[in-house]
Amino acid sequence: MRIDAADLHYSELNRRIREAVATGETSFELVNVNGQRYLADGLSAKAEFDIHGVPGNDLGAFMDGPTIRVHANAQDAVSNTMNAGRIIVHGHAGDVLGYGMRGGELFVRGRVGYRVGIHMKAYKENFPVLIAGGTAGDFLGEYMAGGLLIVLGLDRRPGEPLVGNWCATGMHGGVLYLRGEVDPVRVAGQFVSVRPAGEDDLKLIHPYLTSYCEAFSLSVEEVLAEPFSRIAPLSHRPFGAKYAT
Amino acid sequence: MSNGNNDNQKVRSVHTARHARTPLYRPHDFQWRNLSDRCAKCKRCVTQCGFKAISWQDNRPVTDSTKCVGCHRCEAFCPQEAIVIEPNAQYLKPHPLWTEAHRKNLWLQAETGGVLLTGMGNDLPYPVLWDHLLLDACQVTNPSIDPLREPMELRTFLGRKPDMVELEWGESGPRLATTVAPQLQLETPIYFAAMSYGAISLTAQKSLAMAAEELGTMWNTGEGGLHEDLQPYAHRAFVQCASGRFGVTSDYLNSGAALEIKIGQGAKPGIGGHLPGEKVSPDVSETRMIPVGSDAISPAPQHDIYSIEDLRQLIYALKEATNYEKPVSVKVAAVHNIAAIASGITRAGADIIYLDGFRGGTGAAPTVIRDHLGLPIEIALAVVDERLRAERIRNQVSVIAAGGIRSSADAAKAIALGADAVAMGTSALLALGCTLCQRCYTGRCSWGITTQDPALTRRLDPYVGSQRLINLVRAWSAELEEILGAMGVNAVESLRGSRERLRAVGLDEQTARILGVKPAGIGA
Repeated sequence: MRIDAADLHYSELNRRIREAVATGETSFELVNVNGQRYLADGLSAKAEFDIHGVPGNDLGAFMDGPTIRVHANAQDAVSNTMNAGRIIVHGHAGDVLGYGMRGGELFVRGRVGYRVGIHMKAYKENFPVLIAGGTAGDFLGEYMAGGLLIVLGLDRRPGEPLVGNWCATGMHGGVLYLRGEVDPVRVAGQFVSVRPAGEDDLKLIHPYLTSYCEAFSLSVEEVLAEPFSRIAPLSHRPFGAKYAT
Repeated sequence: MSNGNNDNQKVRSVHTARHARTPLYRPHDFQWRNLSDRCAKCKRCVTQCGFKAISWQDNRPVTDSTKCVGCHRCEAFCPQEAIVIEPNAQYLKPHPLWTEAHRKNLWLQAETGGVLLTGMGNDLPYPVLWDHLLLDACQVTNPSIDPLREPMELRTFLGRKPDMVELEWGESGPRLATTVAPQLQLETPIYFAAMSYGAISLTAQKSLAMAAEELGTMWNTGEGGLHEDLQPYAHRAFVQCASGRFGVTSDYLNSGAALEIKIGQGAKPGIGGHLPGEKVSPDVSETRMIPVGSDAISPAPQHDIYSIEDLRQLIYALKEATNYEKPVSVKVAAVHNIAAIASGITRAGADIIYLDGFRGGTGAAPTVIRDHLGLPIEIALAVVDERLRAERIRNQVSVIAAGGIRSSADAAKAIALGADAVAMGTSALLALGCTLCQRCYTGRCSWGITTQDPALTRRLDPYVGSQRLINLVRAWSAELEEILGAMGVNAVESLRGSRERLRAVGLDEQTARILGVKPAGIGA
């Protein structure tokens, strides 16, 4: 189903999508999208979306199954509290990606903004994966409680930092892999350990990187040619001794 | 691989190394006495104590007074009335500045180096403004109404009301032509405050849910998700979305009658929450959708909300996810700039604003936060109602007052000050057996309320618990009807925002003016 989103308010666009999903439609091509928020918000159907134009904030919020391809940049809060499904962004994406994300995958080809992957969490079969192709801003993986967060730093300008400041503050679960060296000043060392990724680590991330590279026609060998750093929490109870008892 | 942190399962803390425990003198709070001539040696006190303060030695109960929290469970279940719990009689020389509480807190911190924790609501003697307000009554010139004779209307609708109502006249009479936003129908303007599964036991939460259904009012999941056993009561529930997003899925949002974004809590404005790993049992883990034994950390802010515009974004994300069929409530702690904040929340599209005053309860909060931050609900409610009226947007939102509502009198005064309804948290827990020992944060509640230990939670029978809650709310509702009748009105709607029917006693002029209430002695 093709929907021309030009001049459509998000509530009307989303209403049409919900109604079509209710009648069994599983394939959507949205064209002329221009900042409409909440696309696929809360959808639990196995639908596929191709989005042309820049979707607005909260793309795939509370989403529980669909696959979305964005053939441009995306804005803030993609995959907010997402439970399952896959979102592929061919351009850059904004701030607060994957907040409270519990499952599914978010692959961004370009750079990502601030507050990415805050409080991502895993539970049983729910295992969220967020991979950013470029660099990331401040507060990456803050309060991270589960899942997998990878920053590749592809196409980095000389001297451009891989991640911003206060990376992994309050992290108490999950694991973060950064392609390249990590400046320890940027990482909240009282919460996490940082070390070079080993064989087991590469084995763990290989299938995810393979599907990431497939999505963007990249060579997984080239991506893996650089060494990775691994950031993991020291404790899943980081505040256990903060209080007087 | 299940959760990517397999190598971190060992419980460690980054703070452990900082504090060497250095005990010195720190007198305990209570003295526990067993009247040996009465004791039947049934050992019930030993088993009843959730804090393991009592042991059986030499054929008699022996107490470790440092562990006694004064919850009175042992005394309540002693068949012989053989137990006496008294304040520790060790006499500390009184000092008006260095009170006993200050000294004990200071000694505990010198011993541990930790942040003091507490539970329930603020226990410092700040003025209680409810106790300085009196309601009006009818005499001679305007007749009162007898609630035994006349029907009294307590039914309350929560949600955004239209700016105007248009009717269409058809052959069968008038019909509502205005599209009205979704409303919640409550049979009484009293409902149960948000208390999460995790903070309280499932038996306690089930008691609230069953009572809400029977009473035709609401309960609130809090931020711990919705346990599958409580699905049948979801049609009477606010389901909460807070900063930790625990258990928040599309199904969860759609199962509730209404949604609530939790920004803050009266007992701990501006800070998040740490449900300690000890309370994350397998069942709590399943409901919150996090691993067993892991701290459930709610960050201080929701990191997708740094502004009113961002709040609007989440409000509409929730409305989109639920097809605009459910009201969205925003819960905020009462803070100094609450009037402007409430205006922003209304304009952001909320249907309900839940104001939680500084005396609101908590399962766990730093004592310093609970006791020293926030605003009384009386003040917050008055300034919010006033501001929304002045901006002509009061109809766009229902206002809930909570945080220390102790009686139907407090509820009636809150409604007269401008609340659409009140919520009760501490009062509901008191009905379930709580004695306000304030040790919820330990997870050892002897009354089975704020614990996840199955041996303790099964002490609270949801059928008995819900009946006690039903009794309490029915009693308050009957008293509200009495108050309405005495005031000469027959619907709670007629009391709402009717500050002319309130008078202040013993309040300074400025406070009375902020409350919008005349001093007692001034007539109409």
